[in-house]
Amino acid sequence: MKTEMKQIKHHLTEPLLMSYAAGTLPEAFNLVVATHISMCDSCRAALAEYDAVGGEVMLDVDPIDVAEDALAATLALIENGSVDTPVRKAAPTNSVFPAPLRDYVNGDVDAVKWRKVGGGVSQMLLSTSKDASVRLLHIPAGTAVPDHGHRGTELTLVLQGAFVDETDRFGAGDVEVANEDLNHTPVAEAGMDCICLAATDAPLRFNKLMPRIAQRFIGI
Amino acid sequence: MLTDNNVLTKADARPVPHPYSGSDTKAFRKSGAKKLTTEQSTKRMAWIVQVTAIREKKDKAAFAELFAYFAPRVKSFLMKSGASPDLAEECTQEVMATLWNKAHMFDPTKASVSTWIFTIARNRKIDLLRKQRRPEPEDLPWGPEAEPDQAEAIGLQQETEKLGEALATLPPEQRKLIQRAYFGELSHSEIAAETGLPLGTIKSRIRLALDRLRHAMK
Repeated sequence: MKTEMKQIKHHLTEPLLMSYAAGTLPEAFNLVVATHISMCDSCRAALAEYDAVGGEVMLDVDPIDVAEDALAATLALIENGSVDTPVRKAAPTNSVFPAPLRDYVNGDVDAVKWRKVGGGVSQMLLSTSKDASVRLLHIPAGTAVPDHGHRGTELTLVLQGAFVDETDRFGAGDVEVANEDLNHTPVAEAGMDCICLAATDAPLRFNKLMPRIAQRFIGI
Repeated sequence: MLTDNNVLTKADARPVPHPYSGSDTKAFRKSGAKKLTTEQSTKRMAWIVQVTAIREKKDKAAFAELFAYFAPRVKSFLMKSGASPDLAEECTQEVMATLWNKAHMFDPTKASVSTWIFTIARNRKIDLLRKQRRPEPEDLPWGPEAEPDQAEAIGLQQETEKLGEALATLPPEQRKLIQRAYFGELSHSEIAAETGLPLGTIKSRIRLALDRLRHAMK
């Protein structure tokens, strides 16, 4: 019989979609956005619209003359085949991680090199530009991530399992967008370990002393 | 510049049967600086014909026409995004060469040519200006569509055209904010959730196509 599509309840915000279309987000955020869109038709369709806005903004600028020989130079580039246009093969799979995330992990969930960060929680930092950071988090079922606030923006995308915090429940495909106003204690739901992709453009602010000290060692 | 709100638009009552038969949409501007909406929609269909000619016949004349229109706009967009004139020139030529190389991937039921060229320019900008990788969403198995649905393609072109008109007729302050967002002068936390643009129609169209695809995959 029909398998129900995953019901995604928490989506990307309009400003995040617009910034992703504009190409102005930090790489770490781009990764969370691209991964969520891979799982969410609604945000994929919304992105198409913000891409269209970008096209119209581009048409709306005052044109600036290109070099006199620009067309000839471009045709020469085409003849030489010197412009690299890589095309990623469509790869519909049953993996836990969508393609953009697999590109950063170099594989699916079984390829992750987890490092324990205390309290049963493990993480893997992914390598991106330095203006923000992104990590995979593995939170055992029923375990809490220490109570923390945020200085900047934190995006948390659930890939497997679910977590619950003061605001709501977040299941696979859901993304929580947190800013300065939110202090929360996410707890992984019982039954299944929770795996999340979390990006932040500022260090988290833990509300208890011990995690603050630990933070210096684990780099979150 | 385009502060006059003198655009009269009749909603399209029915799908337009042929790209060159025009539509019911009429728009007039005092300045006359921009052409009529009907002509604009026809122009969008002409861009599609040009991309198709590049794909099917490696047609350099068609490429030259697209180049003449888009290259100066791509260059200007890149300079407004922070590129030096030299870098913008180099980058523009690469964007236009990519258009040639990827002509077979363009689908007029999913995007207008302007949208597609913008995404190529944006990705090149991230590569060259910001020196970052650009994670892209997983591709969907749309499958080979030998003959894209004409009515779908026309509908999407018209909606993109309307979006462009809505942008041009926004109050200048608001229009400026959207431009700044795309030029990279505003961070995501500085962008207002309300853009003032009539968003939703392109999204619904793409959403329907996605639903059909998901259904076909079952």
